[in-house]
Amino acid sequence: MSILVDENTKVLVQGITGGFGGKHAQLSLDYGTQIVAGVTPGKGGQIFGQKTPVFDTCEEAAKETGATVSAIFVPPPFAADAILEAVDAELDLVVCITEGIPVADMMRVKEIMRGSKTRLIGPNCPGIVTPGLGEDSHGGCRIGIAPGYIHKRGNVGVVSRSGTLTYEAVYQLTELGYGQSTCVGIGGDPINGTSHLDVLKMFNEDPETEAIIMIGEIGGNAEAEAARWAKENCSKPIAGFIAGATAPPGRRMGHAGAIVGGEEDTAEAKKAILAECGIAVSETPSDMGKTLVGML
Amino acid sequence: MNIHEYQAKELFEKFGVASPNGQVAGTAEEAEAVARAIIENGEGKQLVIKAQVHAGGRGKGTFKNGFQGGVHLIETPEKAAEYAEKMIGQTLVTKQTGEEGKLVSKVMIAEAVDIERELYLAILMDRETCRPVIVASTEGGMDIEEVAESTPDKIVRQFIHPLAGLQAYEVRKLIKALELVGDQAKQFGKLIKNLYALFLKCDCSMVEINPLVVTPEGDILALDAKFGFDDNALYRHPDIVAYRDTDEEDPREVEASKFDLNYIGLDGNIACLVNGAGLAMATMDIIKHCGGDPANFLDVGGGATKEQVSAAFKIILGDPNVKGILVNIFGGIMQCDIIAEGILAAAKETGLSIPLIVRLEGTNVAQGRELIANSDLDVITAESLNDAAEKAVAAVSA
Repeated sequence: MSILVDENTKVLVQGITGGFGGKHAQLSLDYGTQIVAGVTPGKGGQIFGQKTPVFDTCEEAAKETGATVSAIFVPPPFAADAILEAVDAELDLVVCITEGIPVADMMRVKEIMRGSKTRLIGPNCPGIVTPGLGEDSHGGCRIGIAPGYIHKRGNVGVVSRSGTLTYEAVYQLTELGYGQSTCVGIGGDPINGTSHLDVLKMFNEDPETEAIIMIGEIGGNAEAEAARWAKENCSKPIAGFIAGATAPPGRRMGHAGAIVGGEEDTAEAKKAILAECGIAVSETPSDMGKTLVGML
Repeated sequence: MNIHEYQAKELFEKFGVASPNGQVAGTAEEAEAVARAIIENGEGKQLVIKAQVHAGGRGKGTFKNGFQGGVHLIETPEKAAEYAEKMIGQTLVTKQTGEEGKLVSKVMIAEAVDIERELYLAILMDRETCRPVIVASTEGGMDIEEVAESTPDKIVRQFIHPLAGLQAYEVRKLIKALELVGDQAKQFGKLIKNLYALFLKCDCSMVEINPLVVTPEGDILALDAKFGFDDNALYRHPDIVAYRDTDEEDPREVEASKFDLNYIGLDGNIACLVNGAGLAMATMDIIKHCGGDPANFLDVGGGATKEQVSAAFKIILGDPNVKGILVNIFGGIMQCDIIAEGILAAAKETGLSIPLIVRLEGTNVAQGRELIANSDLDVITAESLNDAAEKAVAAVSA
């Protein structure tokens, strides 16, 4: 078991004929992920790489190949439309990697998605990895842009807003000999499809996940909301880290959502809330793995 | 991105949000002509002349030439010219600008407005509900944070359905909360509809009118406004991008933006060059944790080119406070060998003479480390993030 995706998951890639989408689709194929289709309007009929068929629409691609999950690498002006196309095709999961989608577009997408069967992860996220059992975790499901080889199949769930901090945590865990059940990058935008809380709930239900690392940053209250839920409901040990202790107030720190707006969303305030809720807070990003292992 | 007061007024005029009569001027002659035109069309009111800078506290500020105050009441076109002469081309220091102050290149001249009531009105994008929210209060003219603290019941919030838009009953609720009746209610109804349209059409993250005034004549006018725009949406608003005034920004940040680099200048002496916003923040945090002070936030992004890395180095080295550089790359999208090439090229090009600490991990890390090891440059390599931060702090204290 794992959450959201596993080695049997069939994935289509929207924007597979672009440089960025193509490169990461190929890396996923090399990792052993079942990338079964690509979608680029107007390029239906082409073949990507050795044998991956390209379709004009998500609907066709899903119908012809049985894909249930989409990875989106479409440029920002067209990404909201791409998400809605995947929702219309009734896919189970849409992972939107695209960075820079206007907030107003995401607001509309979020509203239209209410009540649909599709879950959205991202946007502006590194994607999801459920590591495989092969060498360097080969044979797993890699959707997005994470370096696959740093992973190892195991029992720690990782959830984070930041891509590179996710890799950092995964790498530390693997070095310490602890593998991962699933690693989820929920993205750095102020409006996203799946929250820290949503992922914690899934990890809590997943029998393979025995411990969790939750990584957050300044801005918003998603980490506090997740921590408060975990205090009452989560039976598994959680280690946490919050980035941005040195960020000047009112400045947007790279991620569109990483901005200190008030007293409650500073790194210090969030760390205090996490600690109150029984989460072991790592003082530095170098100790995320060690902090979790210390709880086991 | 911030905009000037006169630009905010232009947007208000374009969308039909009432504000006092006024115009911008870039020279003393223009100021005189503008003042004359307003007086001729006006109702014998006083005028106000305001220095245009992106900073508050203008009224109590001081120009470096000794002239007091960036906001003055005036009565004649001649006075407008005289004051404009003393402001334009001069540097205004206010409590928000820091010692270096801000260069004034334009002034705004507007009718001075008598005030009967001061209200507060704002529209924001609310991240918790993923909806726009209108915030209104009868307690305008003061810091809204203070109102929220002392009399939270005097602030009303109306969330707007993103697909349905602003509804008539929502407007009526706001009118009631602001205690407006008769013609004023009508004026406000028009103003809030137009303001909401402006908020959506311009992809604002925030529009704040404080104060929204009711004059003794019963007019409702936006007296002062603050705008925030969604940077992600600027590609579809060339007219708003044209409002950008790079003279108002940190020159290092302006240079960085030319290369699509995400840079924010700070006061410390250890510069960082990192890929990924989260890791860039965490790198600053760990420098502080190890007893050092970060000189900047710098995210070179997911797909940085050699040119971008070179540009990043030059910007970092342009900061005279910088005594050492910490490069921290965890390659997911980015390949470590490309970063290594960029670092080496930039170090050579800039004749680097301060300690450079490099920590690489991720895709193609072996090739990246090999490139650095085989170069003739004196680079301190680090294995982990903690190791890198400790070495950087030690290097700048040596």
